Amino acid sequence: MPTEEQHGIKEHSDGRFGFVPVQTRSGRFKSFNVADFAPVTGREAVWKLSPVAKFTDLTAGELDGSVYPVESTPAADITVGWVDRDDSRIGTAGAPEERAAANAWSSFDQALAITVGGEEAKEITVTRAHLGSAPRGAHTIIEAKPFSQAVVILENIGDARLTENVEIILGESANLTVVTLQEWNAGAVHLANHFASIGRDARLKHIVVSLGGSIVRVNPSVRLAGPGSDTELLGLYFADAGQHLEQQVYVNHDAPNSRSRVTYKGALQGTGARTVWIGDVLIGRTAAGTDSYEQNRNLVLTEGTRADSIPNLEIETGDIKGAGHASATGRFDDEQLFYLQSRGITEDEARRLVVRGFLSEIVQQIGSKPLEDRLQAAIEAELRGTEEK
Amino acid sequence: MSVLEIKDLHVSVETDQGTKQILRGVDLTIKEGEIHAIMGPNGSGKSTLAYTIAGHPKYKVDSGSILLDGEEVTTMTVDQRARAGLFLAMQYPVEIPGVTVTNFLRTAKTAIDGEAPAIRTWIKDVRESMARLRMDKSFAERNVNEGFSGGEKKRNEILQLELLKPKFAILDETDSGLDVDALKIVSEGVNRAKENTGLGLLLITHYTRILRYITPDFVHVFVDGRIAEQGGPELADRLEDEGYDRFLTESNVG
Ligand SMILES: Nc1ncnc2c1ncn2[C@@H]1O[C@H](COP(=O)(O)OP(=O)(O)OP(=O)(O)O)[C@@H](O)[C@H]1O
Ligand SMILES: [Mg+2]
Repeated sequence: MPTEEQHGIKEHSDGRFGFVPVQTRSGRFKSFNVADFAPVTGREAVWKLSPVAKFTDLTAGELDGSVYPVESTPAADITVGWVDRDDSRIGTAGAPEERAAANAWSSFDQALAITVGGEEAKEITVTRAHLGSAPRGAHTIIEAKPFSQAVVILENIGDARLTENVEIILGESANLTVVTLQEWNAGAVHLANHFASIGRDARLKHIVVSLGGSIVRVNPSVRLAGPGSDTELLGLYFADAGQHLEQQVYVNHDAPNSRSRVTYKGALQGTGARTVWIGDVLIGRTAAGTDSYEQNRNLVLTEGTRADSIPNLEIETGDIKGAGHASATGRFDDEQLFYLQSRGITEDEARRLVVRGFLSEIVQQIGSKPLEDRLQAAIEAELRGTEEK
Repeated sequence: MSVLEIKDLHVSVETDQGTKQILRGVDLTIKEGEIHAIMGPNGSGKSTLAYTIAGHPKYKVDSGSILLDGEEVTTMTVDQRARAGLFLAMQYPVEIPGVTVTNFLRTAKTAIDGEAPAIRTWIKDVRESMARLRMDKSFAERNVNEGFSGGEKKRNEILQLELLKPKFAILDETDSGLDVDALKIVSEGVNRAKENTGLGLLLITHYTRILRYITPDFVHVFVDGRIAEQGGPELADRLEDEGYDRFLTESNVG
């Protein structure tokens, strides 16, 4: 007989005591120069869960660093353009910690700069649809000037073999939402590192949505650099048969009274569907009064999938408000299905209802109604994908 | 006149220790408008009977049949049974994260009726039923059963009973875990549903206290996977006084 304990997802969660840091994240080697990194073997901490043999061109090969076509919607007080490598903003938000990122850094000719000014709220969509299938390196800067606010949507479609770095720089009291949407064609490979630096009292909402592509690895790394800075890191991914979707999230609390929330949710369906989530949170000596929580939840819809979910919490100061993490990977719950079906709802519809419900927690927080609607539709399409198979 | 007939039902379940037989020949006929109470000791198979009627995949019907107006139910899928007019209020209702009560109710109603309910009257119906069950309006926007107390989950089951209007409802220990006020509210809800739709009820319970508010036409004593004795409401009182010892001894000997 099903009992209450048997229902729902098994979970594991900790409060603020009793965690063992796997490594000191802040001590990791960094360099802008690809030659400083040894060839990738797949045994490195950053690579050990990635199919490195499938993209040696991006970690070891020569990259096309030229500019590419970009389309953007009109938005007041936001400029989009190419800037030279000596632009003063480049390198201020972070530095590569692995070879693919460094290779991109060493290769790009010019950086795409999205600069947000003004104080009114606004939204822009920047689309990349023609990257081609030759290996490429790229660099992007998103700067939100002090007191500005905006939603910046990076839309990625079409073919790609891309390694890139995205620097996100928030001035004092800026309020920025960055949504990076991966809806690549089926064969695409995309390795991205996002480095964000958040100034005093500024707020970054960062959302990674990965649906399409063969290998998609988006690693956001956020430094809460100013007192009172705040970040919400959200992620949503849906891996189909043979797809590898990965995200390594790093939150570095480096100033007093900063706050972070990390919530990533993923669904997996089909043989060989693979997801990786690693969540590192470092609460540094400077970060008294930190309030931090990270969680990852995966919903497994079929046999033959694998979801890795690894939270790490490192705390160097005792004087914090709270820190915790939770990670859960659960099979589609037969008891939920039974409950819904016992109310007349067909099995297919019950599945859709549960998955939609599971992922909608993230979708609802995006803050752009048209984009939310579009993502709901994309999730519906993913779900229909299973039924047709 | 609708009728639910259970004939010589044998049911087993696969466990780690092998196949376990639970129901050993259950016979029971419930007609529209009748209230049948099933009482019996822990582990006697009451929930198994309820789940089997609803079609839970864990329970295997080895022999016998369940007929709803002459149609075989055991070959139907779970959702087909619900659309045919069966309803199970569960002993342990499941949480459905991310699915709001409003969305769930509308989806279920649409599935049962085969068409979406007229929006105005539906919203009104839901609101009134919730008010009568003393469920705060905020429940409508909460996820199904998520963070609900035991009593709130049971009310939510009765809310569905009222709105989905089945022909036959099985209530599996809907009374357990309710304080006396909640018990009254829930019982009133059940009685209301019966008045409005004339449904037949199978009430599974350990205690006679719910039978003070919902008067059964028949009481069945369930022991060791079958009905050991049946009678009228007076049988419930006798069970309360004497317990099940008499039946347990008999089944041990037999
Ligand atoms: N899924 C299952 N797996 C293994 N054993 C089960 C399963 N379901 C029921 N059983 C066993 O079958 C027997 C009958 O269980 P059931 O839940 O139907 O009893 P019950 O009469 O409803 O008990 P209670 O009064 O405690 O609710 C018990 O011994 C129980 O352990
Ligand atoms: Mg039971």
